[in-house]
Amino acid sequence: MMSNENRMTIDGAEVAFQPGETVLEVARRQGAFVPTLCYDERLDPYGSCRLCVVEVEGRRLPASSCTLKAESGMEIRTGSDPIRKMQSTLMEMVLSENPDDECPRCRDIGTCEVHDLAEKLEVGRERFLGAISNASKDDSNPFLLRDYDRCISCYRCVRICDEVEADHAITMTGRGWNKGIATAFDGGLMDSDCTLCGQCIYTCPTGALADKKMVGQGEIPGEVEVTRSVCPYCGTGCSINLHSRDGKMIGVTPVLDGPVNEGALCVKGQFGFDFVNSGDRLTRPLIRKNGELTPVSWDEAFDYTAQKLMSVRADHGPKAFYAIASGRAPGEGSYMLQKFTRAVMNSNQVDNCSRG
Amino acid sequence: MSNSIPEIEDAKMMLCVGTNMTECHPIIAVRVKKAVRKGAKLYVVDPRKIPLTEYADGHLPLKLGSDVALFNAMAKVIIDEGLEDKEYIEERVEGFEELKAHLQPFTLEYAEEISGVPAELIRECAIEYAKAESAGIYYTLGITEHICGVSNVQSLCNLALITGNLGKKSAGVNPLRGQNNIQGAGDCGALPNNYPGFQSVEDPACQEKFEKAWGVPMDPKKGITKIAALDHAVDGRIQAMWICGENTLVTDPDVKHTTKALESLDFLVVQDMFLTDTAKLADVVFPAAAFTEVDGFFTNSDRRVQRIRKAANPPGEAMPDWWIISQVAQRMGTSVDFEYQSSEEVFDELAALSPIYAGLTYDRIEKGDLSWPVPDKDHPGTPILHEGEFLNGKGKLQLLDYVPPSENPDEEYPFYLTTGRRLPTYHSNTMTGRSGGFRILVPNEWLEIHPADSDRLGLADGDWARIKSRRGEVITRVAVTRTSPRGTVFMSFAFPEEVMTNFVTNPEVDPRTETPEFKVAAVSIERVEAPSGLGAEQALRADPEGPGLV
Repeated sequence: MMSNENRMTIDGAEVAFQPGETVLEVARRQGAFVPTLCYDERLDPYGSCRLCVVEVEGRRLPASSCTLKAESGMEIRTGSDPIRKMQSTLMEMVLSENPDDECPRCRDIGTCEVHDLAEKLEVGRERFLGAISNASKDDSNPFLLRDYDRCISCYRCVRICDEVEADHAITMTGRGWNKGIATAFDGGLMDSDCTLCGQCIYTCPTGALADKKMVGQGEIPGEVEVTRSVCPYCGTGCSINLHSRDGKMIGVTPVLDGPVNEGALCVKGQFGFDFVNSGDRLTRPLIRKNGELTPVSWDEAFDYTAQKLMSVRADHGPKAFYAIASGRAPGEGSYMLQKFTRAVMNSNQVDNCSRG
Repeated sequence: MSNSIPEIEDAKMMLCVGTNMTECHPIIAVRVKKAVRKGAKLYVVDPRKIPLTEYADGHLPLKLGSDVALFNAMAKVIIDEGLEDKEYIEERVEGFEELKAHLQPFTLEYAEEISGVPAELIRECAIEYAKAESAGIYYTLGITEHICGVSNVQSLCNLALITGNLGKKSAGVNPLRGQNNIQGAGDCGALPNNYPGFQSVEDPACQEKFEKAWGVPMDPKKGITKIAALDHAVDGRIQAMWICGENTLVTDPDVKHTTKALESLDFLVVQDMFLTDTAKLADVVFPAAAFTEVDGFFTNSDRRVQRIRKAANPPGEAMPDWWIISQVAQRMGTSVDFEYQSSEEVFDELAALSPIYAGLTYDRIEKGDLSWPVPDKDHPGTPILHEGEFLNGKGKLQLLDYVPPSENPDEEYPFYLTTGRRLPTYHSNTMTGRSGGFRILVPNEWLEIHPADSDRLGLADGDWARIKSRRGEVITRVAVTRTSPRGTVFMSFAFPEEVMTNFVTNPEVDPRTETPEFKVAAVSIERVEAPSGLGAEQALRADPEGPGLV
């Protein structure tokens, strides 16, 4: 006989769960459609948007599944008509305060969570049409677009700044219609404790916060490709997703299951990628001719280099050559340079840049 | 690092030494801040009042280069108070009685005199460190960029060894590496004394292994370090150099010396993404593809081997580093195999020849959850080094003496200059300076100076000053700040086109690692008028989002 321990029912199917899991986590693993707006897997459950409501057998009122811990024997219904109706109404209320003009995030970066959910729940903003907060902030920082007209008060930005980045540079202010997001003394981000790490952008489910570097890149043709990689700056090794379009880098987002950063990034990792697009990248091999570095073909550069190094080796011996490998470039290049030094130039005259 | 980064969050005590973590390793700093929230103690040892001190239970603002005196005194406190881990010492450590005797002169009073840190604070820090269930030491170049860098590291290792903090979770001795793949470069054998996987070039068994693998004789003598190589370039013993992805001219100490070295070469090859100041001196420049344009790997501070992947196309004819080098090799009439079809083939060869990478493949490093050593294909990786036993038997305590910095303030050069990075400007700014927006955050270099010092010199915030050492001088703006202690000023080296900080820095090296003492130079400071052409208008460039200079 099967024990009832750590098993529950979701939409009629019996499922196992791990102690400590929330009903939302179990239901989503089962493939149930449970919408959320204030939820981010990196954050503590918050339960403010109420979209994740489910019916719990034996309870009079629906419960928010993100804050409800799974219990043995629980019976949950996720998508009943009353639940969908509640969710649709909640969504309509969210949308009613959201501007009707084009969402820059949807246009240039990818459909935001609010507009994605509106489509899935098939609702619009007409029914409760309300005023717009006009809380937008003109912020002079170079990286973060702050358009709080679109804010839905899920406070994911405030919580990510606190819980994931441990910075606590922004907070919620006011009550009711006057509620908002602010820095200490309500100034611009650059006049606050904000380090411009940009992680609030990535968690924001609306177009209230957006990456200024990505906005405006919508003109580049083709689909956005997302490629997992690792940050090229310090030695922490944060996992990043590279966003590219038509073979060109357009942005970076954190990898949520990156083993080192677990979805956190700093200002360099988040915004310091576009040096690769810099107009002054070297594009051709160069050889100094009559004192000037002159573009040549790869063949000419290779032959010239090989011939010069062979004559240095012949005339001055293996130790007259020295190679310095990069602590910045991928390891395969460093391996190749030391192999070249040891197996072709016949010495151990190789080092990397760690000494200074 | 002896321990992994995620473990930091569960440390009970953290001793952060010479590491401006929130600016230089911000995401490691997140772990430290989270540990503090969970109740861990944090002590910061740094001459400057860096942002991390705001989270700390104690800040020990030591004088530059006084680390050994300070940490020896801490070890003495721990032993005098009977707080050492006797069982661990008995089982795993040697030289305890010798250390105990050696530490006798390192009284709190002596340490206070040398380091300037109040005796009571040193004692408190020592006791908190020793009492904690798991205490981690985290350090960066503030420890290693000294003429006594090795001793500094060893003085920290002594603390970990006598308290049993090496070889267990959320503890250890943890250098935070400053560059994304500096660990990987060493792992790959780009070192004068080691083949890939830290196998000694002077060990006949290792020589034989590589002779067999590559089919040619190996040089049985180790090479010289990069620092010595620049000297050899000056005196003609080195005629040709190949520099990959390093702006040597800007980032090495004593720029005049570096320039002379590179100009003395008969043949210089530079492989880079940009025409850096170093590349401008080259005879051949190879255009390298960026990390976004190639497949490969980076190995980070906690020995985690991670995949990077091609997401974009390189500009023009730029190519991956490994390919460029293999092509030159193939044209040198060698019998050694340099025909590779992909970066993965290169990685597989590295793994086959390096016991610490032996169990790694591109498939296994997909998600970056393996830290070396990974000796075989089923091995789960080694997030914590030295668990149970040390590789070479027992942990040997070191008897260390305090050696003052090679340069100290005198009448002519009355200030200490120390150097480092700032959050938005990485190193020589080759990358951050070319990324849109960063010039708005930090538009130019400045000298950080304590108000007591600036008052004495008649300097106000925003004034210009000449900073002069025995090697050279620079002119820069001044920022009056209490971040710097009295008598010590700070600069970064991120704006070489305007302020070449390394004209001033000290090229004296630690005799064992040949790492220069970037962290200490004696300088004089005097107020000057804003130089023409370098006024405020240059600080706020017309197009701050445009590409910066090198």
